[in-house]
Amino acid sequence: MIHNSGEAANERPNIIVLLKQVPDIEEVKFDTEKGTLDRSSAKAEPNPFDLNALEAGVQIKEKLGGTITVVSMGPPQAESALRDALARGADRAILLTDKKFGGADTLATSYTLASAIKKLGNFDLIICGEKTVDGDTGQVGPEVAEHLGIPHVAYVSEIKKCDKEGFVTVSQMGEYRYLTELKSFGLITVTKDINEPRLPSLRDKLKARKSEIEIWSVDDLTNGADRNKFGIMGSPTSVYKITIPSVEGRRGKIFRGTPDEATKKFVEELEKILKV
Amino acid sequence: MGEYKGVMTFAEQEDGKIHPVSYELLGKGRDIADKLGVKLSCVLLGFQMKNEVNELIYHGADKIFFYDHPSLKEFDTIRYKQNIVNLVKEEKPEIFLLGATHLGRSLGPRIAVAVKTGLTADCIDLKVDEEGNLIQIRPAFSGNILAHIKTKTRPQMSTVRYKVMEKRERDPTRKGEIIMKDAEVVENSGTNILKKEKAGEVNITEADIIVSGGRGLKKPDDFKILHELADLLGGVVGSSRPLVDEGWIGREHQVGFSGNTVKPKLYFACGISGSSQHLAGMRDSDIIVAINTDPSAPIFKVADYGIVGDLYEVVPKLVDVIGKNKNKVLS
Repeated sequence: MIHNSGEAANERPNIIVLLKQVPDIEEVKFDTEKGTLDRSSAKAEPNPFDLNALEAGVQIKEKLGGTITVVSMGPPQAESALRDALARGADRAILLTDKKFGGADTLATSYTLASAIKKLGNFDLIICGEKTVDGDTGQVGPEVAEHLGIPHVAYVSEIKKCDKEGFVTVSQMGEYRYLTELKSFGLITVTKDINEPRLPSLRDKLKARKSEIEIWSVDDLTNGADRNKFGIMGSPTSVYKITIPSVEGRRGKIFRGTPDEATKKFVEELEKILKV
Repeated sequence: MGEYKGVMTFAEQEDGKIHPVSYELLGKGRDIADKLGVKLSCVLLGFQMKNEVNELIYHGADKIFFYDHPSLKEFDTIRYKQNIVNLVKEEKPEIFLLGATHLGRSLGPRIAVAVKTGLTADCIDLKVDEEGNLIQIRPAFSGNILAHIKTKTRPQMSTVRYKVMEKRERDPTRKGEIIMKDAEVVENSGTNILKKEKAGEVNITEADIIVSGGRGLKKPDDFKILHELADLLGGVVGSSRPLVDEGWIGREHQVGFSGNTVKPKLYFACGISGSSQHLAGMRDSDIIVAINTDPSAPIFKVADYGIVGDLYEVVPKLVDVIGKNKNKVLS
């Protein structure tokens, strides 16, 4: 394994896990009239896919040793997601929080995360969830890799091998399953299939409550980074309108009565529509 | 921004066969190019696939940029990215589209960062405003809302969901230009494919008929009731997330936001209440049939046909009635 300074391998890998705090998607309320959403209606939680990423990191650490640093960008409240990550096995947690990071699209988000990773230096593997449940773009991981100029493998469902030579991953793309060797350092995005995240113990939770979360602002990153590329300034895309998807065009025919009657009526309809 | 002109799409191939989403992109790309009065070009990377190149022209492209090189036979993110970035910098298209497939969603972000532009994920519609800007429409928050997005940099880049756009009818008389490009060969891309094998599992995203089960099922074994209906109709079995999380059925069967997005001709939701998580994965199905004991279940709001009843009674009855009338129903 060769880390990013190009020197000899870290026998014990330094792993970075990217994590986002998201609203519980099942609970978010929408104002269908105004087309707005009320984020306060739902409680915040770590993005579920990122917990798989963290668990993957913890499993590598259990095998090879090393450290896990969790990096998140978000509002100050995202601290709770990072505490959760510490309780689940991360060694160090960094929260990138600053009003100037706000309003970021994936380009600015990935730039900000990549700038923090550059500042951290010395890493062997970056692990992210395949996507977040709120943004659902799946773009930030590969974009971070491009900003850093390192290879990536997306949609990893299994890590077949990890040792000081590198990693061998299983990932699915379309109809095929690929066995891919990541020769030196790089980034992977993981699917839910990769593992079942463990729940933190009460003891670890209590310990994490007292741990330090490092807070980095724009000023902590600007040594080497361009502050115009953060937040809304650095975001080429913007949402200019929100609409509610129409459910028009659905026939909306409901059959009641005994199963016999309802089924018979439905099958009559089905015959008609399948013949068209 | 004035120097950026034309619409360019990425043609995805696997084993030398072009992925159907590539033709859908050309269909939409053609509409947009015509509206803007510009050319539609398409970039293809692969090895020894000459006949397929013409197909891209027959489906609407004016110009194909073809990189024919052994190093591009298999998808390699870095190698593909490098060549496409070179082309985008040379040709300066105002719009660049990829399919929102695994491949497109792995490749697109790297291209966007390398050419310093925005990328909108998983669009389900694309339009052009009065000033000629691209309006990118994508579902957000499990499909509860649709975000309309504009990009201030060029090219305006989007990945587009598979099976949403219409491809044009194949026209073998259509003429176009094929430009053979010299590939930049990246020796060490950092990754190396050791093995590639057919996933072999049910590909639920391709199925025309899906019979899905949810919490209304009482035990894992009861999926066989749904299998009977699916087999009869030549379909496959799907599932909502809770049952997959419980380990009752494999994740490849999962329909929903964190599973597969499907768009079959006929979708049966059996004992599925219709959480936003599930609806996000199947709301674009042609015909939705809901079977649920609770008449107020949200699934009925998106259904074409709803049967208020217990799936344990209704589904076997359906199998029975459709079985008897099989020739009639499935003619």
